[in-house]
Amino acid sequence: MNKMAAMTALQNQILQEPFGEYSWILNLLFYGVFIVFMFYGQRIQMMVMLREVEGSLYKLKYIKEEGRKIAIETMKEIGKPQTDPTTRVDRFLEYFTISPQTLDPSGVVWKLEHILDVRDTRFKDEIKLMAPAADKTQANNLENTLEAAMALNYIYKIVRHFYLLGKKTLSLYVIMQLQMILPLVMREAEAYASALKAFAYGQPIGDGVGALVAAKLTRGYQTRKIAKDCIVATVPMEGRTAYVVKAEGPGGNVGKPGDAIKAIVEENEGNIATIIMIDAALKLEGEEAGEVAEGVGAAIGGPGVDQFKIEESVLKYHIPINAVIIKEDIGDAVSPMRKEIFDAAHKVTERIKQVILEKTKEGDKIIIVGVGNTIGIGQ
Amino acid sequence: MSKASSSTTKKISSFVLLVIFLTLALSLAALVLAINAFSLNNIAAYYLLLIGFLGVALSAYVLFQTRRRIKHLSIKTPSITTTVECEKCGFKSIREFKRGDYIFREVEPCQKCNENMVITAIYREVQEKKKKTRF
Ligand SMILES: [Zn+2]
Repeated sequence: MNKMAAMTALQNQILQEPFGEYSWILNLLFYGVFIVFMFYGQRIQMMVMLREVEGSLYKLKYIKEEGRKIAIETMKEIGKPQTDPTTRVDRFLEYFTISPQTLDPSGVVWKLEHILDVRDTRFKDEIKLMAPAADKTQANNLENTLEAAMALNYIYKIVRHFYLLGKKTLSLYVIMQLQMILPLVMREAEAYASALKAFAYGQPIGDGVGALVAAKLTRGYQTRKIAKDCIVATVPMEGRTAYVVKAEGPGGNVGKPGDAIKAIVEENEGNIATIIMIDAALKLEGEEAGEVAEGVGAAIGGPGVDQFKIEESVLKYHIPINAVIIKEDIGDAVSPMRKEIFDAAHKVTERIKQVILEKTKEGDKIIIVGVGNTIGIGQ
Repeated sequence: MSKASSSTTKKISSFVLLVIFLTLALSLAALVLAINAFSLNNIAAYYLLLIGFLGVALSAYVLFQTRRRIKHLSIKTPSITTTVECEKCGFKSIREFKRGDYIFREVEPCQKCNENMVITAIYREVQEKKKKTRF
């Protein structure tokens, strides 16, 4: 308080000089501002936050609309529907999936798998109605495009919900939570937006680098279908027999590597020396895109059904499982493949050979799985 | 943007604008005071000068921030290149990505040996300004 008295004295002394008898106006103004900030500081801060959120929401809305437009245009261009697909697409964007109850978690994986299967079938049927002229590859790409548009729509709605809720309740905590995670949400939305474009054109994405490695290995060898949307090729490598698995390209599709591995393991009655999984993984900030790292475990993302199945199969026969990952950030993972990541495929092949030489003997059977969305990558 | 949401922008911004202009007015007053204090050789002149400039800078910054936001709104379309290679003679050509291209697709015959060429790479190149950090 002493300090404040001194400040006021100083203020009075200076203020008196230029404005003479009207200095009290300025004085009052200073006090006024001080009091306003004391009582309404938080509210002002809230207003500023709300504005920030509003700016992002505006951008989200733009991205979402753009995504919807691209989806509809692609649908018209490729699918050649007789009627306008707009209403159908709009209805599709609101489509939801209810995940199974986990109160009693035993057996939840199979329930989840069933629901995801139903969802997939439903999506494929919808696409067939919306785009009758699309072939299988194009239908898969269209499905991916619509899913990206759906994700954008959902993000926009959630952010809008909390923005409006914050505005309605004027609760600092509602607004603050939203404002704090907003940069990450925006990053994700931008990633989905570029994914949507890649899907619409059928371009390979960063996530597909695992599939790319597998495609390079299977090139020139006979492939056969092993599970839903999954193919396998028997490739001789360094005197070993490698079963190379990937999703069936070039349509956008991740296949069911869990079922594929199970089938191959059962075919060989568990007589598999090692499994090597190749997948793109999220990098930490500061790591280079396209860096290759090695480890153990089932390297596969998604809802977890496939990881569970793979772990079940390897546990049954105690098969060692290795992983080679290619690092990239969320933006790279879903946008058209960067050159650095494409070039990493070669490094990964070398790494795989090294692992095979170190961990297995000649004549062994091994499984190599290229995990990821194989959009734009054939075999 | 719909009409409803743009009107809310205005409602909030009028409040913020008021705050900005109040700050601006006060800092300008501080600057005037500083000039006067200078003629009196008062040490407070420097403080007032500082406060004045800070205030002006701050309000100007906030004002420009609100203007700048709308400019960068677009989904970037990166250029994607497709590499076509002849597996027999090694002839290679690079072109823009076309819809329908995919890696390991057989395309038009080679100009040199009439063998079908194959797409061997599809990627985008990113010119990234590398910021040198110590980590
Ligand atoms: Zn040739």
